[in-house]
Amino acid sequence: MEEMIERIKLKFNAKDINRQKATLVFFSVEKKDLEACVLYMKEFEGYSNLTMISATDWIETGTFGLTYHLHNYKNRTDVGIKTYIDRKNPSMVSINTLWAGARVFERELKEMFGIDFPGCPRVDDPFALEGWDNLPPMRKDFDTVKYSEETYFPRPGRSTKDNVTQMEEKLYAVEAEVKKGIAKTVRKNK
Amino acid sequence: MKAIWNETKEYDLTSGKYVKIWQGPQHPGVTGNMSLELLLEGDEIKWLKTHVGYLHRGFEKLMERRKFINCFPIVCRICVPEPDTNEYLFAAATEELAGIEIPERAKWIRALNLEMARLGATIMGLGGQSGSFGLGTIGQWAVAHRDFLLDSFEELTGGRIYHMYIIPGGVRYDLPEGFEGRLEKTLVKIEKLISDIDKVLFNNAVFKSRAKGLGIIPKDWIEPFGITGSTARGSGVNYDVRKDHPYLIYDQLDFEPNVGTDGDVYARTEVRREEALLSIRLIRQILARMPKVGPVRTRIPDIMHWKIPAGETYVKAESGRGEYGYYMVTDGTEYPRRVHVKGASYTHAMALLEKLAEGVTNADIFGLMVSLQTCPPEIER
Repeated sequence: MEEMIERIKLKFNAKDINRQKATLVFFSVEKKDLEACVLYMKEFEGYSNLTMISATDWIETGTFGLTYHLHNYKNRTDVGIKTYIDRKNPSMVSINTLWAGARVFERELKEMFGIDFPGCPRVDDPFALEGWDNLPPMRKDFDTVKYSEETYFPRPGRSTKDNVTQMEEKLYAVEAEVKKGIAKTVRKNK
Repeated sequence: MKAIWNETKEYDLTSGKYVKIWQGPQHPGVTGNMSLELLLEGDEIKWLKTHVGYLHRGFEKLMERRKFINCFPIVCRICVPEPDTNEYLFAAATEELAGIEIPERAKWIRALNLEMARLGATIMGLGGQSGSFGLGTIGQWAVAHRDFLLDSFEELTGGRIYHMYIIPGGVRYDLPEGFEGRLEKTLVKIEKLISDIDKVLFNNAVFKSRAKGLGIIPKDWIEPFGITGSTARGSGVNYDVRKDHPYLIYDQLDFEPNVGTDGDVYARTEVRREEALLSIRLIRQILARMPKVGPVRTRIPDIMHWKIPAGETYVKAESGRGEYGYYMVTDGTEYPRRVHVKGASYTHAMALLEKLAEGVTNADIFGLMVSLQTCPPEIER
């Protein structure tokens, strides 16, 4: 693994090298080098399995961090290749020709973070949120509380701190009447 | 370089030759809410599109707004039949980033808990697999026997489906007195169940004729699609996280993962049957070899004001359906910056099923879908 890290440093000027575990290393490369780096890791270093593609929103620095997790079946190690892309106009080169499974990850990232992957088939199809017209929800500036308050009207009884009896009498009077009736009948039959 | 995934061909839907139908989101099988959009010519599927989102509750987003300990009631809900893998991985990621070492006995109890959950999920999966081919009785048997395991879970953890038993620093409680004996009785019952399943499922002419040759996954598809778990082992790829990346105490156990050859639905079901037996053997090994006394928890800081240093990690474990992974990024605050869950069946249900469905008949699509062990909540999280 040490030799591989040295080669990556020389070839792609890898930075922020973090040996998290004996079998796991994270490093970051420039955005323009990422596709070449991933291809090199796949073809020459044996990292032939794409585990997943993750995105992290670094709103303070105005970037998205993308992490490509690769796995090597032979020496049983993992790498996380990171790159940072601009948050204002996020776009990244697609790697769907290297791994067929990458299409699903890229499609999800497009929906959840708004990161575009030009050339990836069906990348614009909705993934989990059909008919979504708001800010991509996994971004840090998407306010979930505000969204739910605007979208879903408050249910009656939620805002008050009434106890159960009062709730029954005020809000669900008919149901309470039925419940009392049943209890009365049960008592009578005893 | 040519990708394996075929492009979706254009079909003239007005020609009267094709019919488009939707299977789901309510399924008669055990997979949960997922919808399949099918284009049929006669009984043959021309293309399939998977639609998820019916169970989307934004777990990953919720976790970013909660303290580490508050995330435990969320993570277990990512996978209903096997929640313990999520609990373990979330705990393992926080422990790794916070630099906490857990006691030896806690490791063994965690492994016991994970294997019990695997066993429950595997036998329910076997029942679901036979149910998808119209053999519903086996499904009833399997769910009934899973209930015996849920009794053991209730005794051990207090919860039947969601346990929240594995926490940072170890596990909540020690094993109750006499637990091993009662668990052994359940294991004997499940062994009997599997021998019954052999008679009525694996010797069943209908199941054999329908499952053999259905949904064949060639060995060279494993890497492009990122297939793991019993789906990969059914195609002859011997990859098991417990063996290849031993976590907890799996390096101290003697076992060999089962590998199939044909890569079809029948081979995958056989591998799952063997995995249920393997889990039983592992539970017995764990109970025999675990240290009999010792602490089960280590002291952790005040959990409501627990700041974990900035860092990132990826942890993984073998669930009943394949490799499960958690990528966690922390930024030194009381909240996780990002938690990304890699569900075992993520690419199985989306990319692979869409590829495999071409040319399959409408009646067999459920059997194929269940054999890939799809689990919608872990796809959409």
